[in-house]
Amino acid sequence: MRAEAVEAMMPYLSDLYANPSGSHRFARRARQAVDEARDTVARVVGCHPNEVVFTGCGTENDNMAITGAIARRGGVAVCPAVEHHAVLHVVEQLSHQPRGQGRVVGVDAFGRVDLDELAATLDATPDVTIVSVMAVNNEVGTITDIAEVARVVRRHAPDALLHTDAVQSACWLDLRDITPHVDLLSLSAHKFGGPKGVGVLVERGGPKVDPLLVGGGQERERRSGTHNTAGIVAAAVALDLTDRERVVENVRLAALRDQLVDGLRDRLDGITETVPREYKVAGSAHVCITGIESEALLFLLDEADVCASAASACASGAMEPSHVLAAMGVDRSMALGALRLTLGQTTMAADIERAVDVIGAAVDQLRRHHPTPAVADGSAPTTLDPIASAS
Amino acid sequence: MKVMCAMSGGVDSSVAALLLRQAGHDVVGVTMKLWGGDSDTGCCSVSDVDDARRVAQQLGIDHLVFNFGDDFDEHVVAPYIDAHTRGVTPNPCIECNRSVKFARLAERADLLGFDAVATGHHANIGRSADGRYTLVRGSDAAKDQSYVVHMLDQVQLARTMFPVGGMQKADLRALAASIDLRTATKPDSQDVCFITSTGGRIAFLGDRIPFRSGTVVDTDGTRLGEVASVEMVTVGQRKGIGLPGGGPKRYVLDVDTASATVTVGSHADLLRDELIVDRMSWVDGPVHGSVLVQCSAHGRALPATISTAEEADSIVVRWHEPQRRIAPGQSVVAYDPTNTRALGGGICR
Repeated sequence: MRAEAVEAMMPYLSDLYANPSGSHRFARRARQAVDEARDTVARVVGCHPNEVVFTGCGTENDNMAITGAIARRGGVAVCPAVEHHAVLHVVEQLSHQPRGQGRVVGVDAFGRVDLDELAATLDATPDVTIVSVMAVNNEVGTITDIAEVARVVRRHAPDALLHTDAVQSACWLDLRDITPHVDLLSLSAHKFGGPKGVGVLVERGGPKVDPLLVGGGQERERRSGTHNTAGIVAAAVALDLTDRERVVENVRLAALRDQLVDGLRDRLDGITETVPREYKVAGSAHVCITGIESEALLFLLDEADVCASAASACASGAMEPSHVLAAMGVDRSMALGALRLTLGQTTMAADIERAVDVIGAAVDQLRRHHPTPAVADGSAPTTLDPIASAS
Repeated sequence: MKVMCAMSGGVDSSVAALLLRQAGHDVVGVTMKLWGGDSDTGCCSVSDVDDARRVAQQLGIDHLVFNFGDDFDEHVVAPYIDAHTRGVTPNPCIECNRSVKFARLAERADLLGFDAVATGHHANIGRSADGRYTLVRGSDAAKDQSYVVHMLDQVQLARTMFPVGGMQKADLRALAASIDLRTATKPDSQDVCFITSTGGRIAFLGDRIPFRSGTVVDTDGTRLGEVASVEMVTVGQRKGIGLPGGGPKRYVLDVDTASATVTVGSHADLLRDELIVDRMSWVDGPVHGSVLVQCSAHGRALPATISTAEEADSIVVRWHEPQRRIAPGQSVVAYDPTNTRALGGGICR
């Protein structure tokens, strides 16, 4: 978490602990803090403060957008196959509901929604209520042009809502460019240096979906539940700083990311960049490494204090094969060697050098045990051409 | 030593990790995620992983979860399903030990620089005078699991540890309770992890293979009745074969899935003098002659003479007294005449 965000939340955990929905003076001060945070978030997102709903997390936003839309209007929810599980599982589960239906559409080799398939699905499905397309993929970092998606949705399903899971976007993209094209937009504070447990759902132009939580009527009855004042204040501080530093950080971290991936490619054979850099955000490095299994690699990296991930962890903590790579058409044996490294505000040049050394040594160690023919016999490593493999 | 301790979330492997820690080893706990489908027993449910992790936290050791789901599907679940279509009744837990726990996990441990893999099995590893490893029954006779780990050879035994093999189960539970391990009073798992207690084998197999009704005949070929699914019938079975009660006791003598025929007969008809065991593995090389032979996890080991069969990794087991026919697919394990050491085992033909 950003130090400024930690500092900002502290008073609300002690002296200003009052419930912002209360009617006494301390409550009013807490309320003012929430209102000011809302103004800040609205300014960065590019919406009216009344369109900002503070929630508990990104998953809650995604669930509220989709189940809330179906609860209000029935019909069909549509999303691409690479969505975060907070969207994808909701859409998949709708197929079992009496009133709703879910449709999952394919993506291209970089993980962007197939616009032709999306258009065809919308044409073939008369009662689409909501389309949900992520702006930046959490695993591979691919950017989807939401304006382009919006054009397809407005043309082929004029009555449908468009939601974007923009949880991975705040550090890298100007949200003001995305918001005008959508009806609903989800953010999560821990992705931009704020605390975990704070989400922002932007719901434009008045209520579009039914609330998920009903009760005390907080957040203009869009999301009941006592405000997490400290978290909301800290989230706004973090979002504001992230927005101010975004352009500079993009340049700095893109250079470091290039250094990291180039360093790995120089150091090791059999490294494939899953998505070309020009299609993804600056802080994402995602490679597939032949001849190793990510699960084993992550253990060695952890021992050497390099924190990385492969796909997404399931409830048990086991690594699940990536649904994102599968949807992109990446071969399963390739996907088993996936490594996902994320750069952010605290990443420095020295970290990159160390990461290259540690990963290089760990991969060497694993390959010594299990020399795969492609690497061991000195022939060219298997290379993945994402375009070829998916088409 | 650096030891990878397989932790299922049960009390045995919890105590195994505890004992390794107490002995000063550098221990990392690992839970294997094997089965992705419905489960309410065994080692694959999220709550079992939680238990394993919480015990590891309490012991101050790292805990990891490895996903060996693909290996489990390929080496355990798919063969299990296929076997039933052929009228064969395998023991999936033994296949899991053979192909996943002491193969895939051990390989991973090796790869990551561990000296040994430990599990919570009730079995012991001994050394003979000439330094060879022996696989010895667990000290608690009622809990002995040497039968299910019989496939370990010298190379594997050298890198395997069974920390609780020398304990009585009651002492083990008392030890777990004495330091408030959350698994201290957890019931032992009895069942196959991918078969739910509610649906059982029928629900699992029924979702995956088409059941075929079968004709029940006696030894002369006289038609006696019908069973709903010939795939669910096992040699030696007495109940649930669609025959009216009251008559003489009838046992399943043979299941022929090709013709969907179940042959039944008297107890005497079920008795056999010998059986053939395929895919033999040996703890310390092939053994012949007079031994004791055990054909189920908690069955008695009975006197028999074993000799080589025509095929290279098969043996003939000749019972000293006729015994009930063993269902094809069951593991058959030979022990030394003192009934302490497992010598090797394979699959009943």
